[in-house]
Order: sequence, then structure tokens, then C-alpha cells
Amino acid sequence: MKRAAQLFDELDATTGTNAKVDALSRYFSEAKDQDKLWVIALLSGRRPKRPVTSTQLRKWATEISGIPDWLFEASYHVVGDFAETVTHVATLKEPIVKSLTEWVTYVEELKACNEEEKALRVKNAWSGLAEMELFVFNKIITGGFRIGVSQKIMVKGLSKATGVEEDVLAHRLMGDWDPHTTTFAQLVLEENTSDNDSRPYPFYLAYGIEGPEGTAAGAVLADVQALGEPAEWQAEHKWDGIRGQVIVRNGKQYVWSRGEELVTDKYPEFEALRTALPHGTVIDGEILAWKEGVPLPFAEMQKRIGRKTVGKKILADVPVLLMAYDLLEHEGKDIRQLPMSERRMLLEGVVKQAAHPNLVLSEVLQFDTWEELFAHREAARTGAVEGIMLKRKTSTYEVGRRRGDWWKWKVDPLSIDAVLTFSMQGHGRRADLYTDHTFGLWQNDELVTFAKAYSGLTDEEMKQVDAFVKKNTLERFGPVRKVTPQLVFEIAFEGISTSSRHKSGVAVRFPRIARWRHDKKIEEANSLDDLKALIK
Amino acid sequence: MPSLLSFTPRGIYCEQADVFIDPWKGVDRAIITHAHSDHARGGSKHYLAHPITKQLMHARIGKDLSIDTLWPGQVGTINGVKFSLHPAGHIPGSMQVRVEHKGEVWVASGDHKRHADGISEPFEPVKCHTYITECTFGLPIYKWKEPTVIFNEIDAWWRKNAADGVCSVISAYSLGKAQRLMTGVDTSIGPILVHGAVANMNTVLQECGLNLPAWEQITPATPKERFRNALVITPGSAIGTPWTTKMKPYSSAMASGWMQLRGWRRRGNLDSGFVLSDHADWDALLLAVKETGAERIIATHGYTDLFSQYLRSMGYNATAESTEFGGEDGVEKAKEDNVQFSMVNPRSSTPTPEDHPNGTKTL
Repeated sequence: MKRAAQLFDELDATTGTNAKVDALSRYFSEAKDQDKLWVIALLSGRRPKRPVTSTQLRKWATEISGIPDWLFEASYHVVGDFAETVTHVATLKEPIVKSLTEWVTYVEELKACNEEEKALRVKNAWSGLAEMELFVFNKIITGGFRIGVSQKIMVKGLSKATGVEEDVLAHRLMGDWDPHTTTFAQLVLEENTSDNDSRPYPFYLAYGIEGPEGTAAGAVLADVQALGEPAEWQAEHKWDGIRGQVIVRNGKQYVWSRGEELVTDKYPEFEALRTALPHGTVIDGEILAWKEGVPLPFAEMQKRIGRKTVGKKILADVPVLLMAYDLLEHEGKDIRQLPMSERRMLLEGVVKQAAHPNLVLSEVLQFDTWEELFAHREAARTGAVEGIMLKRKTSTYEVGRRRGDWWKWKVDPLSIDAVLTFSMQGHGRRADLYTDHTFGLWQNDELVTFAKAYSGLTDEEMKQVDAFVKKNTLERFGPVRKVTPQLVFEIAFEGISTSSRHKSGVAVRFPRIARWRHDKKIEEANSLDDLKALIK
Repeated sequence: MPSLLSFTPRGIYCEQADVFIDPWKGVDRAIITHAHSDHARGGSKHYLAHPITKQLMHARIGKDLSIDTLWPGQVGTINGVKFSLHPAGHIPGSMQVRVEHKGEVWVASGDHKRHADGISEPFEPVKCHTYITECTFGLPIYKWKEPTVIFNEIDAWWRKNAADGVCSVISAYSLGKAQRLMTGVDTSIGPILVHGAVANMNTVLQECGLNLPAWEQITPATPKERFRNALVITPGSAIGTPWTTKMKPYSSAMASGWMQLRGWRRRGNLDSGFVLSDHADWDALLLAVKETGAERIIATHGYTDLFSQYLRSMGYNATAESTEFGGEDGVEKAKEDNVQFSMVNPRSSTPTPEDHPNGTKTL
């Protein structure tokens, strides 16, 4: 595993994209094929089924560290990562030399062991590995290799090493390939990949239209006008659901979420498309909770996402449909290089022919001037619409997030002024910093928690709030600190709905810190009633 | 009877002698453990410190400070309370303060470390009844490797950069860490160039008798080619400012105990992080506690709650007190970086023992 550990060390040590691509490229040129395959798998979130629970891992880690469990817990919260914490408290005894693939096998074999044997084997590995090798071993078990390598960077590195084009590689690496049954050559180098019926296409993602000073949030009419002639653009609603692909090939049907998760079984509503759509059809769209002709709040959708199996009740309560955006494969042919306008025409034909109530065409918004589109956007803040999507009519379907031809223009977020009440240490680059905050709104003379947020502050502000939390701690609950109510922040969020699961009775979607209201005293923060008034 | 030392809003206080140790507000009389800014602050009428600390304080705070000196082992008596200084190994001149009155002994550790660093008098355990200790790195996740291993890493980084024509810029506290780096690295790789803040400290320390390898201060006149194989030592806040522009291309790094954690390394946005600390790690903190033989332990700065809780679980009478010491290992406060703009004139005289070492002195 030395070579793989060296790769992760190199990736970890740099923030530069080029340096990361170079490190990956060197690895893909030097390492053994089987190990390369596992590096691709691990970096793209594929790992062996977790053979042990986190509770077990923590218990064993505490045992080998020789420190009390509360101290291990506290250390873990300072480090912000379990895998790393073990590297700091474990002691290397007899070094064990195995390849990355051998270690993956070692982890997989744990599954069949009894608890005692599992503990023995994990502890044995912990005493035979150190530093990055130990870290990688732990990550094989726990997953979550977050070392700043996006799919895009990995593909770049792989492309540099193999000479295969990036877009082709991105497509080859999609889907439910399994490092056990494929080889590096089959997955990465072979041209004939059509044997994999389930393979989705990489999603094309849009950036937000940039506002003044490059801020994504504050785009105004003038920024949209800068896109040029309205006639060159196709506008649709940007729906707030689960972006997904429905694939029908050789009499089989598959549903993929944007997170590259095969979710066919979770959405039986699309099963009928297996026969309604012809062989060789891939539709890109949004899976939306939709009932009796209207979209349901995203909170309803979340109930379904969380379920492992979808029962009758949830199917009846939260039915879904696919809002079709685009057609990627038509009659078995990859049509991503056709212009948007042509793909749209084909899509309309396919949807019409299928004539299935769970497959709906995303409406194209009519507008002759940007002002008219602006009005569409203003009217869009209802139901499950997040804003407007703008697609250049000549655009091809690209891979990943790109600027230029596709833009999202979100409705302005809702916001409210709230008081910082609790804070917790963050993870990753926020480890040992109090950055995960809880905010309260007034109800009578009390602050009632309404949201947690951790993004939106600058690094400098983050440090200042961290210092504030450390100096103004009232009480500690494990890693959480209750702080003196003193700081007011404007919290922005996308949607709002009533909720019986939250103490406040309200659930907000994607809350984040819009700005620090230095100018406001806590008495001037909003009340829970102010928040409830935003629910339409 | 009042406690020999107590924690007050101005600092650690000995009422019997009316003396504070490292006060963070102005007082009549202060004993200073070492010259880092969170321990040595201006505004007090009279100071007592190690001769090196005295020179450093004159350079960092002001020429006019009234500072009396004490050599390690020498005993100063104030109103029947005996004070003495004992090496803490943290930076040049850094001392633990031993306080004795009517047979009761307290020791305040200031900041300390075990590993020999080539520039500081090595840490010396002192027996006491009550031990006031720092615990900047008082968690079991902080365990240092041998400094030679770390210096090999630093040399390898510098050597590779130099071979590629890339300047090596390393962030380090201008007092202590900077000089430790200079004495520890392989100077055959290239020249050592330093920021003004580091240059000032170098000058004072050399006048105090410290041996340093050749170094030069970076000025607007320093030619660009000079940086190609150079090691630049600077406070971290200068990295990424116009000051480092002419060093491009450069690789940035930091030498600090905080570099142990990935989160810190990634937050720093630096190319490399070297785990080189001037503070005791977990094991060294516990060893120091044990060697004092103290029954009572007071943890001051760092992970005080957790460290004292652990000591209690080991059977010690341990508590945590909050202080205003920073313990920012290598993470220097921004204001210190401006030392270069207020160039100081360190005293030219090399400190000599005013009385014989190990003698007694009435203050």
C-alpha cells in the first residue's frame, strides 16, 4: 500500500489542481492495475460493504490507545475525522506489508468473521500500519475519502496517464461497475462499453449566473441581459427534487440519481417506462414528489430518500414523477453532441409517445425579452421551483459543471436574522474550529432553535466566531458548546414548510449564513412568528 | 492562609511577595517566563527575567522597561518568598518559575518542551508541591517524532525545491522556531534568507551569545536569483502578500505542532506542513507532571479541561484555570509581523551574570 499512501500524501499536501492531476497521473502510470482500479473506486465513493459498525471501531480504537473513552471521543472531535484520530493514537509495532488490493480484501473478509475475530484483525492492522497507510486502511472501512479530489480531477489524471479523452473516461467510470468483476483494462481502456446496459451518462451541471463581483447569489436582471439575445436561449423551471436519469435498454429499466447511485428500486413509479419507452432511451430529468397535480414540498421528498425500502404507505403519500429535461440517448445512439433544440424535439416526441402519467415534459417558458423572463422568475417562488434554467439552444450536452451554455438563475433566497445559540467543531479543514452553528429565533423571551448552518462566512469571520465561541461558552455538551447569545446573523434559505419533527414547528431548506449582522443586537433578531409568516 | 499563588484577572499572583508571573495587565512587579508576546507584555513597572529574556523584551517591547535579571538556579528573595528560574527548553531564555515560601513550593512552567533544540537550555524537572503547567498540546493525538526525523523531511523538501529552482518559504514564529530551524537544517543546500521580524530576533540572540549559521535579511534590494535555492524564514502572515511575490515560484510550508492535524494543514493552504513544535507533546506533558512529584496540578493554557480531567482520572488533584496565554505554536499574531517597521536597537552589551550564578540576590 506504500505507493497508494504516497499518492494520498501527495494529494493531501497540495491545493493545486495541476499538482493533483500530476500526482494521479504518476500513480496511474506506475502502480499495478488492480490497485489502480481500487484507487479509482475509492476516489469515486465505491468501497467494500462496511463490515463493522462505528461503535465497534470506536470501542477498539479506545482499547488500543490506552486512554479513557471520553478522552478518545474528545480527541476525535478535535481531529474531526475518525480515520485520522486512529493514526494519532495507534502505535506501530510490527509493520505489515500488503498491496492496496490485499488490504481491501482483508477488509472484505472481516464480514464473515465473528465480533471477536473482527476486533483482533482490525487491531492487528492498526498495529502494523502507520500514518497515511493507516489512514487509508481506515478509510477503506469507513469510506469518505475527502481529500479534495473531484471526479473531474481524477478523470484528468487518468486521462493524462492513459491518453484516453476525459469525456470518454468520465462516461466509462459511471454506473455500477464493480472492481471485483472488471479489470483496469476493461473499465478504462476498452472501447466497447455497450455491454453495460445500466451505465448512465455523466450529468451536465450548470453554474449560477454570476452577480456583481462574481457572487452567485446576487444576479440581477443586468447580469442576465449580458447573456445576449433572448431568442438564443431556452428557459425552463429549475425544479427542486432529485436530478436523475431513467435508462431503458434491452428490456430493462434503471434509475440513477446524480450522486451516481442506482435508485431503481426506490422509485417503482418508473417501472412501467420499461415498456413505455423504446430500447436505447436515456432521459435526464428531475424526480419530483407530485400529488394530485401539484408538487409536494421537498421535505416530503426527503422522507422517501431516507427509506431503504419503499412501502405502500409512502408510495401513496409521496408519489413521484419524472420531469423530463433532456434526451441523451435515442434509439440506442448517444445524441449528446446534437444541439439542445434538436434534442428537445426528440425528447418531446419520446415523451408524447410514451404517454405515461409519471413522465412529464418540463415546460419551456415563453419569453421575448429578459424582462419577461424576470417576471417568470419572480412568479417561480412557489411549489418546488428553485428558479430558472437557461440553456443555449445550440448547446451540446457536456460533462460535469461547465460555464457558458447552461446557467441557473435561482430565485432570491428567503432570509431572517437569528441569534447564534450553540456551536460545534467542524470537520476536515474546519477541524478544531467551532464552525457548525445553531441559530435561534425569539418566542416570548426564549430563543428557539430553528436552523443549523455552517457555510457562508469568510475564513477570517470563521476564526472570529470560533474565538467568540471559545470565550463565551456557557455550557458544554460533549462537542457542542452553548454560547452567550450575543451574535446576530442573517440566515438565508431556499424553502420553508411546517414540520412536526422540528421543535420550532418549521423546516427550512439549505440554510446558510448570508452575513454577520454586526449592526444588530440580539433583541433586534427576528421572532419565530416572523419566520412562520414566510410560509405561504 | 492565602494560597502561595492565585489566579487573578491580571495574572498569576503571589500575594506574599506582591509579584505576578507573566501578567496580561500592567502590574508593579512581574516575573516573566519567556519573551513570547502572550507571556511578556508591556505596561508593568518592574520586571524580573532571565538575561536573554531581558534583551528580547527590550527589543520587542521597549528599551525603557525596568528589568532585573536572574540566572537559572540563582535565588531571589522578596518578603521571605524565594524565587528561582529553571530552564523550560521552550525558546532561548525560557524558564520555569519556582516559588518557595515556608517550605511550600510551587512551579509555574510557562511554555516548555523536552526535545533538545540546539538553542535553548534543556528542560529541567523541578520538584514541587503544586505545578502550574501549560497544555497547549494536552491531548493524546499530539505525539512528536524525533526532531531529526522532521529536519530530514524539511531538508528533503528544501533540497527538492532548490533542485527545481523553487524558493522554499517556511512560516515560523520569529522568536524561537525561526532560530531552531536555522540551526537544524542542512545549510549546504542554499542560503537562509529571513524576514525583518526574524532578523531582529536573530540579532538580539546573537548578541546574547547564540551561535547561528549565516543568514541575510530580505530587503527590496535582494536580487530575485538569490531566492532560487534559498530557504526563506518568515512569520506566516507575510506569505501570499506582495512581500513574497518576488520569490515566485515558491513552495510554502509551516513548522508547527499544529501541523499534526490534517485540518490545520489544509486550512493553512500551504504546500507542506512539518510537525515541529516548541511545546511538550502529550507524553512529555505527563512525564513533566510526574517528575515534579507534585500532588496538585493546575492546567493553564491549551486543552485545560480535558488535560486536567485526565490527570484527575489518574489520581491527581488537578484543576483548570483560564489565562490569557495563547500557546500559538508557530502561529504568530499578525501585529508581531510589523516589528520590521519599528527597527529596534538591541542593547549592544552581552548579558553577564550580575552576581555569581547560584548565588542569592535580594530584590
